[in-house]
Amino acid sequence: MQALYAQLLVGLINGSFYALLSLGLAVIFGMLNIINFAHGALYMMGAFCAYFLLNIAGINYWWALLIAPIVVGIFGMILERTMLQWLSGLDHVYGLLLTFGIALIIQGVFQNYFGSSGLPYQIPDALRGGMNLGFMFLPIYRGWVVVFSLVICLATWFLIEKTQLGAYLRAATENPTLVRAFGINVPRMITLTYGLGVGLAALAGVLSAPINQVRPLMGADLIIVVFAVVVIGGMGSIMGSIITGFALGVIEGLTKYFYPEASNTVVFVLMVLVLLVKPTGLTGRAA
Amino acid sequence: MKNRISALLLGTALTFASAGLALAQDKTVKIGALSDQSGLYSDLGGPGSTLAAQMAVEDSGLLAKGWKIDVISGDHQNKPDIGSTIARQWFDVDKVDIIVDVPNSGVALAVNNVVKEKNGVYINSGAATSDLTNAQCTPNTVHWTYDTYMLAHSTGQALVKSGGDTWFFLTADYAFGAALERDTTAVITANGGKVLGTVKHPLNTSDFSSFLLQAQSSKAKIIGLANAGGDTTNSIKQAAEFGIVSGGQKLAALLLFLTDVKALGLETAQGLNFTETFYWDMNDQTRTFSKRFGERSKNHAMPSMVQAGVYAGLRHYFKALEALGGNPHDGVKVVDKMKSIPTEDDLFGKGEIQPNGRAIHPAYLFEVKKPSESKGPWDFYKLVATVPADQAFTPLSESKCALLKK
Repeated sequence: MQALYAQLLVGLINGSFYALLSLGLAVIFGMLNIINFAHGALYMMGAFCAYFLLNIAGINYWWALLIAPIVVGIFGMILERTMLQWLSGLDHVYGLLLTFGIALIIQGVFQNYFGSSGLPYQIPDALRGGMNLGFMFLPIYRGWVVVFSLVICLATWFLIEKTQLGAYLRAATENPTLVRAFGINVPRMITLTYGLGVGLAALAGVLSAPINQVRPLMGADLIIVVFAVVVIGGMGSIMGSIITGFALGVIEGLTKYFYPEASNTVVFVLMVLVLLVKPTGLTGRAA
Repeated sequence: MKNRISALLLGTALTFASAGLALAQDKTVKIGALSDQSGLYSDLGGPGSTLAAQMAVEDSGLLAKGWKIDVISGDHQNKPDIGSTIARQWFDVDKVDIIVDVPNSGVALAVNNVVKEKNGVYINSGAATSDLTNAQCTPNTVHWTYDTYMLAHSTGQALVKSGGDTWFFLTADYAFGAALERDTTAVITANGGKVLGTVKHPLNTSDFSSFLLQAQSSKAKIIGLANAGGDTTNSIKQAAEFGIVSGGQKLAALLLFLTDVKALGLETAQGLNFTETFYWDMNDQTRTFSKRFGERSKNHAMPSMVQAGVYAGLRHYFKALEALGGNPHDGVKVVDKMKSIPTEDDLFGKGEIQPNGRAIHPAYLFEVKKPSESKGPWDFYKLVATVPADQAFTPLSESKCALLKK
């Protein structure tokens, strides 16, 4: 039983990465109607950014949490301005193919310079060690990841669903022409939204750097699962993707305990089941 | 009618022509370096193995003697079906004579069958499974660098003898992990130890915390990592995070490469014991080779033992070709010749290729240095013990290889 509690907690930790990443995807899909396949590559860039900040500029983890999302976010906005914006009226497939291509290029460039085995990034001193919870040894850093990503997820949800800015955004997705007529610069807002979604991916990358190796393919390994999370949660639903992210982390964690061989397929089995029963996803509304 | 006759004549002429070619001493060789070029094993094999193959060609001196030798490379993406398709195409279309490297035991075993069917030569350096020279041995295969039996006996035995008598395995869920776990378990039980449990994880897993918690709660003294590459580095890194080592359990990285230690950093990797058959900083010869390799490799990386094995294996292959006076394009014939010449090279020292295709040479038990002990960017290991060549690998009496029962 104790082991089970431990697995639940571990699942929650992985879930926070799924949640952060699928949230970014949901924001981008919801507002821009683009299936952002470059998300994994941008997550990887976030981790690399943290590595460079530490090893070249001597800037620590805490600043990296702030700087990396901004740097990668700006990179994302440049992508949106120069390439993605031209796809706005077209079929989803175009956006998917373009972002997939961008992801391959980014990963290829990083792999060419840094190889595949990755670079070390140590846990910041303040978050080292762990505490004994009785049923498991919880590394402080993992606890921090859960709390921090939960806060970020809820803040993003609040920003989009409950504030004036969020209302503009949602309105601009529904009817861009009308919102423009009110004097709001819709293209700029969309660029900023893409930047926000990308920034969330980079933030997840920084959070993950001390746990996983900083590797060019770290995003490619994760992104497929995250897409399954978004599909299960319902494309474009903010709260849906947060909840599904955490929930699937827990389910995956339990699978690792009861039948580890299936741990990297369980998410997709669930995806198939959900698509069969409710094709719009658990929280999605019919289009 | 006229056309048909001329076609027949042409056919006859061609038959004679090709027969004539085969009689003359053919001095062309085509080498295929098949590896994981972009995934988790690409740093320990990959482009570095292709470079090692090219260096072997250049250093052989055969080019100056009028030989024409080409090296091509392929990416098997860690998928057995892709690996065997490339191998087939290489033999059928590209007329490749020899396939080298092939990390990933699953792919290695698939390619093993193709090479036998096509009567090519196969010098495997990257894969670990001892089955290549045991149950699944072929007259076309030489397994050069290391194998699971050797890893199990060297590292496993050393750990059990120093008191690590209870084990829990984290095993990569494919041919390699299974073979390594099987061979290590045999060593543990033979030395009076016990395996308390095992968990099989999918290849290329990024989060090991669930598995590590299971290992932790097993209370085993040693947690054996029967995985490789990125899986091993992630296990080690996360084990440190979950306080496994500070809690008194010891990690046994059964297979650890130079590139893994580089990726982990000495801070995390220090104190780990593991076995390799080559390290760049062993003696003047290995240092000279590694320096030349480093000047041409990506990020100036030192060669891993897999890459060194590609080089040394090919050098020995060229010796056999020279002794034959040309390339007979007959895999069994060349491999038989390779087995009849004792091996000797700058990187692995003296040894031999046994009748089952196993190349034997000394194995070294290393320990990762503390950050304070390291003097340079690749100064990672200190030598703990040397296992002589004749004790490091499967004794022929225990091998189930069919070639031994002639």
